[in-house]
Amino acid sequence: MDFQALLSCFSSASCVVTQTTGGLISGMLLFLVAAGLSLIFGTLKVVNFMHGSLYMLGAYFAYSLYVATGSYTVAVIGAALGVGLFGLIFERLFMSRVYNTDVLMQLLVCYGFILILDDAVKIIWGAEFLSMGMPAAFQRPPILLAGGVLPVFYLFLIAVTLVVALALGLLISKTRAGKIVRAAAINPSMTSALGINTALVFGGVFALGGLLAGLSGALAAPVRSMVSGMGFSILIESFIVTVIGGMGSITGALVGALLIGLVRSFGTIGFPLFTEGIMFLFMTAILIAKPSGLFGKEL
Amino acid sequence: MSDTTVKSRKRRGLIKAAGALTAAAGLGFPYISRAQDKPIRVGVPTILSGRVAQLGISSRNAIQMEVEKFNSAGGLGGRKIEVITRDSKGKPEEAANNVRQLVNGDGCEIILSAESSAGAFAVQEVIRELKVLCLHTNSETSSLTADPKIRVPTAFRTCRQGIHDAIVSAAYAGNVAKAGGLKTWMSCSPDYAYGRDNTSLFLEYLKKFNPDVEIIGETWPKLFQADYTENITKILQAKPQALYSCLWAGDLVSFVDQAGIYNLLGQTSLFAINMADYTTLTAVKNLPAGIHSATRYIKTYPATAENEAWGEAYHNKFSDYPTNWSWENAVAANFVFEALKKTKSTDSAKLAEAIRGSKIKSPFGADGSVTMRAEDQTLIGYAMGWGTTIPKAPYVPKVTPGDWKAVLEHEAEWKKKMGYA
Repeated sequence: MDFQALLSCFSSASCVVTQTTGGLISGMLLFLVAAGLSLIFGTLKVVNFMHGSLYMLGAYFAYSLYVATGSYTVAVIGAALGVGLFGLIFERLFMSRVYNTDVLMQLLVCYGFILILDDAVKIIWGAEFLSMGMPAAFQRPPILLAGGVLPVFYLFLIAVTLVVALALGLLISKTRAGKIVRAAAINPSMTSALGINTALVFGGVFALGGLLAGLSGALAAPVRSMVSGMGFSILIESFIVTVIGGMGSITGALVGALLIGLVRSFGTIGFPLFTEGIMFLFMTAILIAKPSGLFGKEL
Repeated sequence: MSDTTVKSRKRRGLIKAAGALTAAAGLGFPYISRAQDKPIRVGVPTILSGRVAQLGISSRNAIQMEVEKFNSAGGLGGRKIEVITRDSKGKPEEAANNVRQLVNGDGCEIILSAESSAGAFAVQEVIRELKVLCLHTNSETSSLTADPKIRVPTAFRTCRQGIHDAIVSAAYAGNVAKAGGLKTWMSCSPDYAYGRDNTSLFLEYLKKFNPDVEIIGETWPKLFQADYTENITKILQAKPQALYSCLWAGDLVSFVDQAGIYNLLGQTSLFAINMADYTTLTAVKNLPAGIHSATRYIKTYPATAENEAWGEAYHNKFSDYPTNWSWENAVAANFVFEALKKTKSTDSAKLAEAIRGSKIKSPFGADGSVTMRAEDQTLIGYAMGWGTTIPKAPYVPKVTPGDWKAVLEHEAEWKKKMGYA
């Protein structure tokens, strides 16, 4: 542990700016995946263990669309919608059949699809890792602020994810669709009795969760190499985020993701050999203090 | 007894003898014939699924290419080689089980263990028990063959070795640091056995070759980490003049891509030992010029017609580029072929005796040949070099060759220090 280095960083504006931005970007991309995971759990009461695979699909879809069109915008939007559609089909054909079964059955279905999708990626895109490369619009020097380094692409990603977070929050809390989702989450039988097609709601929520994971994968594609199985590590971190924030809470996912991002960013300065450990210690402390997570009652 | 009776008995005896001969021919001769036609089975445990599947596939491809050449040239007196591959998924226990299955179940007489270090050490213990000929083709961890306690009489290594790489890398980096005034260094390597061993050896020899160098920090991303932001920002804060990394494959691609948007490589010279491998070089879309790298496999080093032809033949056959693991497996296959021809046997002890201390021609040798050193059953004389990258082929246009004389001297000292000699 290097407290001296950590104190030195906190007393340096350039270090605070650079590390905070780094923490924010890691956290925001994580938020998109964790928000989808949390949304699906909160509404459907199933833990989507293949959510990391949806992130992977988003990255690969974006890669193919970028190669085909040369447009990063088309790649990101197309990939997010594509994964959303995939999520809808997957939910209707498979997940909807195991909602009321044992959690082990749900786990088995998800794990089966993790393996199928990993192999499908190898068949379609190959076993080699791929890199999309930085779109021309973002191939520019980073901005310097108080001596800190702010990459233009990362500022763009933070802005996009903030807008998505805001839109998602408004969708869930302020719109009729959001109210229906919340009602279906609390009492699906009553919601159905009121004439609302809950199957459609569940399918829509799963599609939205998939869309968010796909969006995260697509946004990250220019800076993260793609390979079959890449969804696993982000799935673990997403679970940590949802446990910290509270399963089912979008606000919790946002706060949890940002906390994890910042803990990792500053942890690497102060606790370089224990960065991963800090993340889990942090989660343990939250679980002891508030077992339902920071915002566990929401939605 | 009449003559007729005697003749009749002789005739019956002849008929019996002929019958027995026919029966023997019917049973025995075809048996001998089948033994001659029976293929020599070579087992290849390797990693065919998961994040490093590409390396396992490139190992299998290289072996297949060499075996086809051997078989089309007649094999061993008509006996062809048949390769049986099993996927370990990168798990040591699977690798060990696969070797047992290949030998005991599939009847393999030779093992080419195309496993990473984790798997190789597990395989080594199985080989100790089964006493089958085994060539480790990918494990670079020095102790596998350097440590007498781990060594096995029928097991060899046909790939790079960590200590060799460390000496050549540090000698090159030390000279570049002296010429360019690069005094402050950091490291950013994957947090597992290979990353830690490789980096500590490199830094140890860098300080030895250039005592002016100061190591001002280190950062250890996880293996297969997706986001290197925290590591990159830490390096930015420390402002080292040079950075050493043994990240590899997709991890190195991600690191270079992410470092690019922070303009890290505009401020710090990167020495990335695993950069100059085609799959990595071609995956980085905006490959910056001036990254220092060792030559893992490029068809332009060694700059010989044989090496270029081998690289092109591989590319033409598989529509893919060979990797560092490819040449290492091709070398293993050729050591086996030479031993088979020399001994005309598949007996493991005889083959091991033939391989031990032998020297074969190879496109991957520093002087056109490679040697299996007898004392520790490991490969020496293979081509090692360092240079700087350019964004397009030949990617590393000018290579500074490693000095094998210096490598062997320093390696001998290292072995004494480690208690291996």
